[in-house]
Amino acid sequence: MAKQRGYLVLENEAVFGGILLDNTYQTRGEVVFNTSMVGYDQVISDPSYAGQIVVMTFPLIGNYGINANNLESDHPCLRALITREICPGADYGHYQQEITLEEYLHYHHIPCLTGVDTRALTKMIRTRGTMGGILVDSLDNKEELLQAARLALQPPPQGYVMQVSRKAVTRLGAGGKRLVLIDFGVKKSIVTALLKQGCEIFIVPASVSAREILAFNPDGVVLSNGPGDPLDCPYAIQTIAELIGRMPIFGICLGHQLLTLALGGKTYKMPFGHRGGNHPVKDMQTGRVFITSQNHGYAVDEKSLCIPGLKLSFINLNDRSVEGIIHKELALMSVQFHPEAAPGPEDTAYLFDDFMAMIA
Amino acid sequence: MPLKNGLRKVMVIGSGPIIIGQAAEFDYAGTQACRALKEEGIEVVLINSNPATIMTDTSIADHVYIEPITIETVSKILDKEKPDGIIATLGGQVGLNMALSLDKEGILEKTGVPLLGTPLEAIARAEDRELFKKTMSEINQPVPESDIVTSVEAALKFANEIGYPVIVRPAYTLGGTGGGNAHNEKELSNIAAKGIKNSPIGQVLVERSVAGYKEIEFEVMRDDNDNCITVCSMENVDPVGIHTGDSIVVAPAQTLTDEEYQMLRAASIKIIRTLKIAGGCNVQFALDPFSKKYYVIEVNPRVSRSSALASKATGYPIAKVTTKIAIGYTLDEIPNAVTGKTTACFEPAIDYVVLKVPRWPFDKFVFGDRKLGTQMKATGEVMAIDRSFEAAFLKSIRCLELGITGMRPPDMIDISDESLRERLKEADDERIFMVAEAFSRGMSINEVWENTHIDKYFLNKIKNILDFAGRLANEELDPVLLREAKKIGFSDIEIAQLKGVQEVHIHRLRTDKGVIPTYKQVDTCAAEFDAETPYFYSCYEEENEAWHDIDEKKVLVIGSGPIRIGQGVEFDYCSVHCVWALREAGVKAIIVNNNPETVSTDFDTSDRLYFEPLVFEDVLNIIDEEKPDGVIVQFGGQTAINLAQPLNNVGVRIIGTSNDSIDRAEDRDRFDSLVEELGIPRPPGKSVFSADEAVKAAETIGYPVLVRPSYVLGGRAMEIIYNQDELKQYIATAVKVNREHPVLVDKYLLGTEIEVDAVCDEKEVLIPGIMQHIERAGVHSGDSMAVFPAHNLSQAIKDKVVLYTTKLALALRVKGLINIQFVEFKNELYVLEVNPRSSRTIPFISKITGVPMVKLATEIMLGRSLQEMGYSGGLQPEPGFYAVKVPVFSFNKLEQVDINLGPEMKSTGEVMGIDKSLKTAMYKGLISAGMDIPQKGTIVATIADKDKQEAIPILKAFYDMGFKLIATAGTAAALRAAGIEVEHVNKINEGTPHIVDLIREGKADFIVNTLTHGRDQFSDGFVIRRAAVELKVPCLTSLDTLKAMQEVIEEGNKIADMQVRSLQEYVSCVK
Repeated sequence: MAKQRGYLVLENEAVFGGILLDNTYQTRGEVVFNTSMVGYDQVISDPSYAGQIVVMTFPLIGNYGINANNLESDHPCLRALITREICPGADYGHYQQEITLEEYLHYHHIPCLTGVDTRALTKMIRTRGTMGGILVDSLDNKEELLQAARLALQPPPQGYVMQVSRKAVTRLGAGGKRLVLIDFGVKKSIVTALLKQGCEIFIVPASVSAREILAFNPDGVVLSNGPGDPLDCPYAIQTIAELIGRMPIFGICLGHQLLTLALGGKTYKMPFGHRGGNHPVKDMQTGRVFITSQNHGYAVDEKSLCIPGLKLSFINLNDRSVEGIIHKELALMSVQFHPEAAPGPEDTAYLFDDFMAMIA
Repeated sequence: MPLKNGLRKVMVIGSGPIIIGQAAEFDYAGTQACRALKEEGIEVVLINSNPATIMTDTSIADHVYIEPITIETVSKILDKEKPDGIIATLGGQVGLNMALSLDKEGILEKTGVPLLGTPLEAIARAEDRELFKKTMSEINQPVPESDIVTSVEAALKFANEIGYPVIVRPAYTLGGTGGGNAHNEKELSNIAAKGIKNSPIGQVLVERSVAGYKEIEFEVMRDDNDNCITVCSMENVDPVGIHTGDSIVVAPAQTLTDEEYQMLRAASIKIIRTLKIAGGCNVQFALDPFSKKYYVIEVNPRVSRSSALASKATGYPIAKVTTKIAIGYTLDEIPNAVTGKTTACFEPAIDYVVLKVPRWPFDKFVFGDRKLGTQMKATGEVMAIDRSFEAAFLKSIRCLELGITGMRPPDMIDISDESLRERLKEADDERIFMVAEAFSRGMSINEVWENTHIDKYFLNKIKNILDFAGRLANEELDPVLLREAKKIGFSDIEIAQLKGVQEVHIHRLRTDKGVIPTYKQVDTCAAEFDAETPYFYSCYEEENEAWHDIDEKKVLVIGSGPIRIGQGVEFDYCSVHCVWALREAGVKAIIVNNNPETVSTDFDTSDRLYFEPLVFEDVLNIIDEEKPDGVIVQFGGQTAINLAQPLNNVGVRIIGTSNDSIDRAEDRDRFDSLVEELGIPRPPGKSVFSADEAVKAAETIGYPVLVRPSYVLGGRAMEIIYNQDELKQYIATAVKVNREHPVLVDKYLLGTEIEVDAVCDEKEVLIPGIMQHIERAGVHSGDSMAVFPAHNLSQAIKDKVVLYTTKLALALRVKGLINIQFVEFKNELYVLEVNPRSSRTIPFISKITGVPMVKLATEIMLGRSLQEMGYSGGLQPEPGFYAVKVPVFSFNKLEQVDINLGPEMKSTGEVMGIDKSLKTAMYKGLISAGMDIPQKGTIVATIADKDKQEAIPILKAFYDMGFKLIATAGTAAALRAAGIEVEHVNKINEGTPHIVDLIREGKADFIVNTLTHGRDQFSDGFVIRRAAVELKVPCLTSLDTLKAMQEVIEEGNKIADMQVRSLQEYVSCVK
């Protein structure tokens, strides 16, 4: 694989140099950082990163290679990966390693800029907010590059969700409760967690209508995670609004934001989001704190939650942002974080039990 | 929950002296605890017998008891101080064991004082093997099959059931004392016998060996609301089989998938929830490198060495948070001091790699058994931070101060391939260099893995370093390659050696091309939040985060590096006090150090902390970055002093005593002319440059002579020589002697040793007190018992001590501290050694005299005078009490090390006894040092001929007190001749039952054995002394110590009768 000098050009004119692995694919996207120290494989295969260039703050990435079982989707959806160092992998010997990270990225045509001062880059994103950026192998035509970087935040006309959601229904599991899982870019681990509950699951495309869902006659609906701005999915908000009150609903991440919007709440774009495996959230009922896995750039506006019967269930202990809501009467629950973890702590896996109790 | 109701006064139990397995980390933890309590307005009562610590400062706790940590004293303090609670989980194993004893003896119940933090039941469940196993099995956490046995037979029987290899772990011991791996019946018999003896409850665990598994640790926190977080994961580079204290450790864990990581994280949280730990806890796992199978190996329900490391590695203050939890707070109520915005209820994310490497004492104990196993042998450790594994690793090697500049120690080249393979397999302190040597000989990753089972990830990283060294040697050193070399961690000197040029050449090339380090901040959050922590490490990246305010006056303090024999926690005490004094004086204090165990490397001790190697290049880089107004080298022991000259040479401003004065005190010839000028006698001596010259010199001076290499650290390779044959042998075997490395031959004066620490402002010399050693000159001052104030010196000698000290300090133009050792011999006072720097006794003397020596010295360096600070020159009046400093050794951790006292220092720590009566102070000191002082019983004596005359009256005194004497033939005859009844015992070569059998049978209460001349490592005496250590029978090798002990016993001291008083009470009677 070709290795040569490469650059990340940000819309604020900052340039970060490094080594570009696989320079065939010039790419641009929203530059975000993730603070997870393990689980790079799950991060890069999480469809929620569609349209984004992901900076790993931990410097040593790729240490245990790639093993298909641990991946969160069949195709990585991120635009590019930026690291301080990438493990060459061959002969590094984790027993589960099938291919190296570099081989995986190459196979999926995902460029990687490595050897970057990722801490400096992270600090810039933290202070300026997430920005558009472009990965190139030459700094000629700087003006053009800046123009391109600025446009990198533009979502595709249909939104990212439509890019990553499946096109047909998948049926998994048998017996027990029947769930419909709306795929806005679902991570495999959510499916696994639901299957572990002994459910029959119909995974449906994001564009599904309420009528189609009701036709499955499900005991409950799960709204998955997914990429981008929830306001880019008016169709989904519409569908969810029609389902509210008719059956229990459990929203995760983007699903949580969509549920809130369907209830009449509001969302906003965060300066640089939450991405990592160490976010403390507080259970508002018990005062207990859990460490959670997170990946989101938008959040629910707490002031918009004056909806009868709706309660704030979790807040983020660091910035006090909304991390979860619950509506007992309408049998709704949703969380901004990832109870399915992967990567990250499994502290809140019990929420799947809670949801099963809700539909019981 | 907020602060518990009614908590106004809390007692903290410290960990006592520094020994292998229990080092400065508990001073760090204890100091944090005391400060965390005071922050809440709580009055702090502290017990710790170790005077060298920062926590025993009167500024840290309100009532400091430097008393033996025994049931009797602790209950007395409880009665006297009536605290509202006790915190025992910050005092290491000593603290935990004390908590268990207080409960067992019914003291907790009687006094009604509650134990704060982790409850007793949790401690018992984690510490008692049987209960632990039961608890783990209840929550489905696998532990290796094991059985608790109290006899060797039972151990053998169990091992036959589960198969070899097995591991033996004694219950309730420090650093796994007395444990080990056994591959067959014979090995098991030996190890099990030792383990049973070492365990205070006579219990050992025999378990299936999981040697070769990955060893993973988690530092976990829990509060009373059941919130749990993991602070840090750590992975031992050395697989299971080597004690974690002796393993190279990387943080965070590097070779685990998220699935494996979360599996173990979830398990550790499950464990602390079940145990109901309140505060910090360490959980160790063994993970099969080829499956998801794992075992829980150990749970430490307290802060530990690993938690100190985790705190420094992440910036998360585990001890402080543990204390806050103990007094009632929950994690989400405790602010995160690093960000100032978030709380302590989060898991640190780091964006660098941390390496910890142990520092072993085998540079001192050259005959010690270097093999590594389940018994910890390291005295200290270093930590390094960088953006890559390779760079952090190379930095940590530099931090060790072993004179090794990279991965290629010079003396490995001669080792045969066969013995290289053997040493890869066996694992000793040099294994990592063996790995490097194996790669440089072309051995494959696989082959090295087969011999070491070190994960291939780490092996590849080490190989990267060697491969890069190859590139450096062969390619042209252009700026691109140079930058890459610095990025991967190569030192200038290593690059210089590979290119065959001088270090200064690389330094110049580097600075010309702008290849200079950047400094990054340690912030607990991988830059996700804005952080205020002034805690930095170097790396070669794009952005430098060390911001500067150019108008500030700032001073760099050079720390003392890893704890080793001869350079202990005392120097951290001095460094920290210097930093505090600077800050008080309104000067920004910057510190550089690399010891993760210490208070000095706590990020809120100084205005700015650099975690870096203490070698020329790394320190100069910081100076270039910071451009401080001055650099202080006086407080960091020999480590800092050694940097004075090279830094001075490049124009760095050293403040305090000048480099020239340091040299004048250390250079033999210059020192000789100085004392001659001042008319101060010193023992006759000479520097010699060859064996012939040595013999000639010794003849002129007259035997016995003290010989040593010129620049020494802690008495390395010093020896007392009685005749020409010994001298020739010494010169031939123990030292290198040539034009560049002279050897000093001095007359050995068998007199009373006197030690003084003074502070001087170039005008006046303040002497807080004179210390007198119990052991005569010839025993290293660090290994001697020292009495303050001097107990039997004539006024004339005291006057001379003051006169000479004053003259020397003024002549050397000392600005700050000076330490002088004298010997009184036939009513004349001789000067032995002058150290124009802080010494090992500074904390001791500062505490008992109430004179803040380091603070005064620091202010003097900043330009103030003693007079301005309200002090004047001369000797301070003596107080109405005695303080005795007693050395503490770690011989039971170090196999094959001779315990006899001599000019080479061997102790790892010290304790202090303090009382109005000298004998009681001595008694307290001995008790604190762990000496079991029998009131009656049997003494086994084997005395060298040269000492018999002197020994007889002392032994007679014991006999008269009702002790039974047993002696080997010569000694027995001498005793009988003096009319003393004595039983005879065979020497070893006289056949069984002999003296060692007797010791093994437990028939000796203590042993007296003085050294015959010569250095036969495996003499009878050596075997006897080792047997004593291994069976925990006190063994005295100095008649002075024996005499002191006799006097103490004669006094009829009983611990139950002794008074306890706080340091504040003692010192206030001075004033």
